[in-house]
Order: sequence, then structure tokens, then C-alpha cells
Amino acid sequence: MIPLTMTDARKHFEAGQMTAVEWVQGCLERIQRNDSALNAVLALEPTITLEAARKADARRARGERGELLGLPFVIKDNLQMRGWPLSQGSRVSGQDRGAFDATAVGRLLDAGAVPLAKANMDEFAMGSSGEYSAFGPTRNPWDGSRVPGGSSSGSVVAVAAGYAPLALGTDTGGSVRLPASFCGVSALRPTYGVLSRSGLTAMASSLDQIGPVASSVEDLVAALGGMAGRDPLDSTSVDLPGAERLAHLRPAPLAGLKIGLPQEYFSEGLSEATRTILVTAMDRLASEGAELVEVSLPHTRFAIDTYYLLNTSEVSSNLSRFDGVRFGERKPHQELHAMISRTRDAGLGNETKRRILLGAFCLSKGYYEAFYLKALKVRALIAEDFRKAFEKVDILATPLSPATAFPFGERTRHPLEMYLADVFTVTQALASLPALALPAGFDKGLPVGLQLVGPALSDVRLLEVGAAFQSLTDHHLAHPALPTPA
Amino acid sequence: MKVTREDVLRCARLTNLSLTEAEIEPMRQDMETLLSHAESLDSLDLDGVEPMYQGLPLALPRREDVPRPGLSQAEALANAPEAERGYFKVPKVL
Repeated sequence: MIPLTMTDARKHFEAGQMTAVEWVQGCLERIQRNDSALNAVLALEPTITLEAARKADARRARGERGELLGLPFVIKDNLQMRGWPLSQGSRVSGQDRGAFDATAVGRLLDAGAVPLAKANMDEFAMGSSGEYSAFGPTRNPWDGSRVPGGSSSGSVVAVAAGYAPLALGTDTGGSVRLPASFCGVSALRPTYGVLSRSGLTAMASSLDQIGPVASSVEDLVAALGGMAGRDPLDSTSVDLPGAERLAHLRPAPLAGLKIGLPQEYFSEGLSEATRTILVTAMDRLASEGAELVEVSLPHTRFAIDTYYLLNTSEVSSNLSRFDGVRFGERKPHQELHAMISRTRDAGLGNETKRRILLGAFCLSKGYYEAFYLKALKVRALIAEDFRKAFEKVDILATPLSPATAFPFGERTRHPLEMYLADVFTVTQALASLPALALPAGFDKGLPVGLQLVGPALSDVRLLEVGAAFQSLTDHHLAHPALPTPA
Repeated sequence: MKVTREDVLRCARLTNLSLTEAEIEPMRQDMETLLSHAESLDSLDLDGVEPMYQGLPLALPRREDVPRPGLSQAEALANAPEAERGYFKVPKVL
């Protein structure tokens, strides 16, 4: 039995019962056994993986120790890793391979973590369900007829299905948190800038963040500790205040902690079962002395429109470089512009084209003020809502999704319905706040997530509160019985 | 909010997409639905509100201006669909 958490692994290593090579071989076997049913993995490079594991074992034999040494991890396929495929979930990428290591990935590799697989994802990280990958949808390990959530679908399923104890996803408007909620794992969207974006394929640059996914807060902490810190290759990156506390994280004392419950997030759109589960979670925290305070974030109902106007505008600009000139799969034509448009027509999926067109519309003459500029102003109002709320409370607790994972095909025909799946996760991205997704219970066998949100750069504090919640609950210890491969 | 077929084609030209005939009308409908929904923002009084371009209002620090290794020519060209004598090769422009 391969260890599913870093804590388990530490015990195995210390008892001399396991090598990193044995661990990753177990992980690779698990992937081979289950992934024809789940489709979470896009690429394996067993030679590279085993070589990295051998090096980690050699470092351990020389006396080196560390939570990340020998730890297998999965990487979303929009993060560069030298020599590994880099598809971004898109046909337009052809046979591209990573030219260098993304800073976050490189820091894990330096600490001795072992790259296991590149993970499936919605094309260019645009999607809330995992259904928009050019390489087929990923399936929810709790119920194969339902979506896992997106866009970091493969990363989250890799952790939920026990392929690896850690995965890197990315979160532009909820893309690690929503799937974490649907699949019953823990995930962090750090404050914008805490993790360098160097080597992350830009989708919406003012919103994109890398986010770790694991089965517990304790493991997220180890991963964040290994990756955080300013990077000269990303001028928006910052040092994380309190990062030294990550090495020996203690659960936050709950007595006197003021937890805000935004009334707009607990309104009629929320399913009764999800509401009941979240109320139970809040009562548990209150029983330890936390004080629950109702707060208001009055501009919440404008968040989806604001988010998608800004997101599509940035997408239309960022994706212009997929033109078949410097990388990707070219569709040849004797004339340059026809070559470019043929390449893009053939290589880009429907949702990607929709966002590019919408963004071009929002940025074009006569519409810039009415859409793009207006959305930037509403973004400021949304951030101001949070600032005011944090004058009254220490953290906020919210749902992550109005209901549990939905069936395949339910929302793909109506883009607005798909966008509304992100209703509880885009506001924190717009306001550049850290947000933590935690398993909080089950509704008819499907996981329900809880979201904790803190002020900017309070990531460490947020994880301390998350650790306190997980010390009181055991939802994060549940694992799905994997579907048998077809 | 009306989005016309011409709007869709104009945006496609701006972004180097040449949509098939079958793609145009569904795209037009989706754009109209989403942009009409976004007109909800018109109900807000935004006078005097400063646009927020980026999350953290921190000074963006610059790194020291010292040379550092980058990609080699071969590495930079490794994913190129077509390369010749160290250049990215594209079809004739003129």
C-alpha cells in the first residue's frame, strides 16, 4: 500500500520500510490501473521519474531529510517542466515540450520532490468542469458519471484517487478550489504573488495563480513552504509574511477567532444539503470558541459578470501568441495570415474561441469603456467589500459551490450556466485574496467543500485555521472507491 | 445588447480566427447572452471609482540588471514548427 500523505510517507521512510523508487513505482502502477477510467493524466515520463526518485534516495542515504525529499507530485499541463510535454489541454500545442522549469516546479524539484505525471485540464485552464480538455474529460472518482470540476481537473483527481500526495494546479477564478470541493481534497489559492507565475502559461495574467492540491492542510503547508518566496523572474511575486511558521505549523487557537459568514453566499442559490453541511462545520468551530458573525459583501452579485469581462479580455490578448510560428502545431498555408488563422481554427477549442472573441469585443473601440473599464471599476468595489468585512472579522467562511458535482453535459450547452458554477470562487480572485478549500462532508456520497478566505498575505494564518478545522474533523480522510476501468 | 454577425466577424478578424459558417451564429448567440447579462454592471454608480488593474498595490520591484543564462538558440527553437539557420521560418509575407 503506497502512502497517501506526507505524514504517512515520513513514517515509512523513518522506519526504513520504503524508498522513493518504491513509492513512485507504486504511484505509477496505480495510475496504470485506474487512469483509463479517470483520464486524469496526460503524460508520464517513467525514465525521468525513476531517475529523480533514485537521486532522492541517494540524498536521503547521505543523511538529508525533508518533507519534500522523494515526494511524488503531479503537475498541471500548463506549467513548464524541462523535457516534459506541455499541451495546456490544447491541440494547438502539438508536440511541444517544456523548455525550462517553472519556478514553483523547479523549487519542488530542488527540494527532492519527484515529478510523476502531467495532469489533464480544461483547455488553457478555461472551464469549470474538466469537460473542455482537447484530450477528453476527466472523471470524478466519487462518481464516474459526474464532472470532477475544473480547470485543474487532472491535478485534483490525481490527489483524490491517490496517484500522488501532492499536485500543482492553477486557479484563475476557482480552478483548484472548485474541483477540490467536487472531489473532496484540500487546495489553496494563495494570495496573488505568493507563488511565482514564471513558467505558467498565462491565461488571465492579473488573476492567474498556481495552487497546491493535497489531501490535508498539513501537506499543503509543506508544499507551500517549498515554493513560496519572491522570484526575480516574476515582478509581481512577493515574499510571504510568516513563511517561517510553515516549517512547524500549529493549528490556530479557535477561541475568540471571528469568522464572518457573508450573507450573499448563503442565499437562495445554495442547496439545502450544502447549507446544512456548512452550518454543521461552523457549529463545530463555534463549539471550540470561534465567534460567528454575519457580514455582507454587497457587490457579490456583480462578480461573475466582472470576472468574465476581465478574464476574456486578458485571454484574447494572451492567447494571440498561439499562432503556429514559434511553437505548437502549424497548419501550413502559403500565405502567412492564412497559416495563422488555419492553425488557430484547427487547434483551439470552442470555449477558447468563445472567450477570445468575447474579449476582443470587450476591448474593441466603442466597447472598451462600457465593458472592460467598467469591470475594472467594479473589481475595485468587490475588493473594497472584502476590506470592510475584514475590519470586523479575522476570516470568512463560505461555500465553494452551490451544490455537489454535476453530471457530464449538464452545462456545456449553455456557457452562462457553466460560468455561474464559479459564483463563490471568482470574488477572491478578483480581490487577490488567499482562499482555502477544505472537505466539509458528503451529500448523497458526493463531497461538499468549505472555503476559508483571509486578508491579502494572511496565507499562513489561513492554513493555521484550516489545520485547526482538520484536527476537529475527518472528512479529509475519506477516499473514494475507484471505478473499475472500462 | 445586440451582437450582430458583423460584430462576430470583426472580432474574428482582430484575433486571427476565420470561423466556419456553422460556428458564427452559435458564437453570436453566446456573445449576445453573455454581454447582455454583463449589462447588470450598468446599474452601479461608478463615478469616482478607480479601476483596479492588479491585486496587490505593491511597488513592483525590479531585479538587478545583470546578465543571466537564458535559453540557447537550439532550446528556443526546439518547439518551432519550422526553423532554418537559427530562425523561426514562416511563409512568405510579401
